[in-house]
Amino acid sequence: MSTTNPLQPKCVVAAYSADVYGRAAVEHAEAIALASGARLVVVNATRGDSLVDDRFAHEDEVESLRERLATEGIEVDIRRDVVPDVAEAVLEAARQSSADVIIVGVRHRTPVGKLLLGSVAQRVILDAPCPVLAVKPPR
Amino acid sequence: MDLLLEGFQQALTPTNLLFACLGVLLGTAVGVLPGIGPAMALALLLPVTYSVGADSAIIMFAGVYYGGMYGGSTTSILLNTPGESSSVVTAIEGNKMAKRGRAAQALATAAIGSFIAGTIGTVLLWILVPRVSDVVVELGAPSYFALMLLAFLAVTTVLGASKLRGFISLFLGLAIGLVGTSTGQARLTFGEAKLADGIDIVVVAVAIFAIGEALWVAAHLRRKPLEIIPVGQPWMGRQDWKRSWKPWLRGTAYGFPFGALPAGGAEMPTFLSYVTEKKLTRHPEEFGKGAIEGVAGPEAANNASAAGTMLPLLTLGLPTTATAAIMLYAIQSYGIQPGPLLLDNEPGLVWALLASLLIANTLLLVINLPLAPLWAKLLRIPRPQLYAGILFFATLGAYSVNFQAFDLALLLAFGVLGFAMRRFGIPVLPLIVAVILGPEMERKLTEALALSGGEVSTLWGEPVAVVVYVVIALMLAAVAINGLRPPAPAQPEIADDEKELVER
Repeated sequence: MSTTNPLQPKCVVAAYSADVYGRAAVEHAEAIALASGARLVVVNATRGDSLVDDRFAHEDEVESLRERLATEGIEVDIRRDVVPDVAEAVLEAARQSSADVIIVGVRHRTPVGKLLLGSVAQRVILDAPCPVLAVKPPR
Repeated sequence: MDLLLEGFQQALTPTNLLFACLGVLLGTAVGVLPGIGPAMALALLLPVTYSVGADSAIIMFAGVYYGGMYGGSTTSILLNTPGESSSVVTAIEGNKMAKRGRAAQALATAAIGSFIAGTIGTVLLWILVPRVSDVVVELGAPSYFALMLLAFLAVTTVLGASKLRGFISLFLGLAIGLVGTSTGQARLTFGEAKLADGIDIVVVAVAIFAIGEALWVAAHLRRKPLEIIPVGQPWMGRQDWKRSWKPWLRGTAYGFPFGALPAGGAEMPTFLSYVTEKKLTRHPEEFGKGAIEGVAGPEAANNASAAGTMLPLLTLGLPTTATAAIMLYAIQSYGIQPGPLLLDNEPGLVWALLASLLIANTLLLVINLPLAPLWAKLLRIPRPQLYAGILFFATLGAYSVNFQAFDLALLLAFGVLGFAMRRFGIPVLPLIVAVILGPEMERKLTEALALSGGEVSTLWGEPVAVVVYVVIALMLAAVAINGLRPPAPAQPEIADDEKELVER
């Protein structure tokens, strides 16, 4: 892993889920990309094993996001994959685009919640090939 | 009338009320989930009949059947994917309404329309079942033989796109029904002693519906999630009521008779209702963009047809849908002979069932109107967990039939058959009807020939039988003429993916 400056990135990966946490991640990524002129990769993945996945963004939501970022002059790549493991999809995207920083939204979790469900954000933070910026939605 | 009140008395006992509740909750759940229909739910529930009284079990089964009709509309409207085949038409206008922000009204008109149609259908049953029973009790074995033949041909040729596939399914079912030594001779047992008693229908039904479906889902596990439309409490404005009540009544008028016919089912009346509403509407500009009439009519039609299905089931012992076929088997498994004598021999059971239909309908309205958003949450269940549960209950059910591991091998074999049928687009209904009615038909044939001393002409010796044969001839002629006509230009297959989800 070559050491790059995550505060002056050339490529930013944002883990996007269609909720406040994912939106917070994308908004921060957007701000960083605007300031540094970095390329932005937005990953919106789903396991695709249930009929409805609330965290998988609707088509029109993705379109409006793409439009917004494009008008701001950000070079953006939005990936919408159906994969066995969402965290792995984010990490894979970071590896492929040799990202300098990954941005994830994190949330409070109860002890029981931690016991029952694995966290995508935690997997990303621990296994990422580059620094990870954890952001929270505005209160 | 007294009998009806007694029926209510029996249906309203705490135990039976509990089973009715259980049935409608379960029915709505399986209706909401695409791929899992009331037929699969009943197949998985068949082992319940070993430990529960006949009236409770039948009441629960009827609840599941009605509940499935309600639940299907929720998925159709919110997801544009019909929960089961009778809601395919609802999706056309229902989802468009939801996209325009009128999901609440669409759900409301579907639920209230279903309630009204179901209630009218139930009242019609109260009137018709005793009368029809009095008439059909006169029918002899030859007429029955003819009627079953008609049922076979009807479920095979009327429904589904391909007659050939229908017949493949029918003959597969008949062949499975032949296994055993019921005639004194060993047929298709391959020298295997465990096959001598025949193949239990529970094993076949569970395998075809549950295992086949689970294998199919496993083969198509990951697909892009569908976009669900968020919805609040269903409600309707005055304008919606005004535009809904006529389609409700017209839908009922289509649904009930079609349900009562052999090969009725809900697909035809819902489609006819949709076409009619499209023609009669005062808002033609809204059709195709979310017209409330296009939801109200078909939804009423599918519930009315569910009620109509009960008529041949209770009076003739003839099922017209897969779900009804499994209900028929459940009745048989209590040692009760379905058919014209059912009402005379088991008036308590029949009237309790007829009364419970009204109760189930009311319960469904109560749980569906306020809880629609909650039901939609079921769609988030990940498939691996859901189908693991289904496989567990399927295996348990098949094993509990005889407590022998051989049945599990059969379960797997028929499960693979069910998977293959889905893969090659072979309809399941003819197979299930043939497995259940096939042995019955053979019995009637033997009975008729025994009475006549082997004279074959007895088969057309009854007027009803002759009429039925004429109907069969007309049907076959229609099929033949249709086959000779040049094929219609292929329609664009837009809904291929959806069809895959529904026609199983």
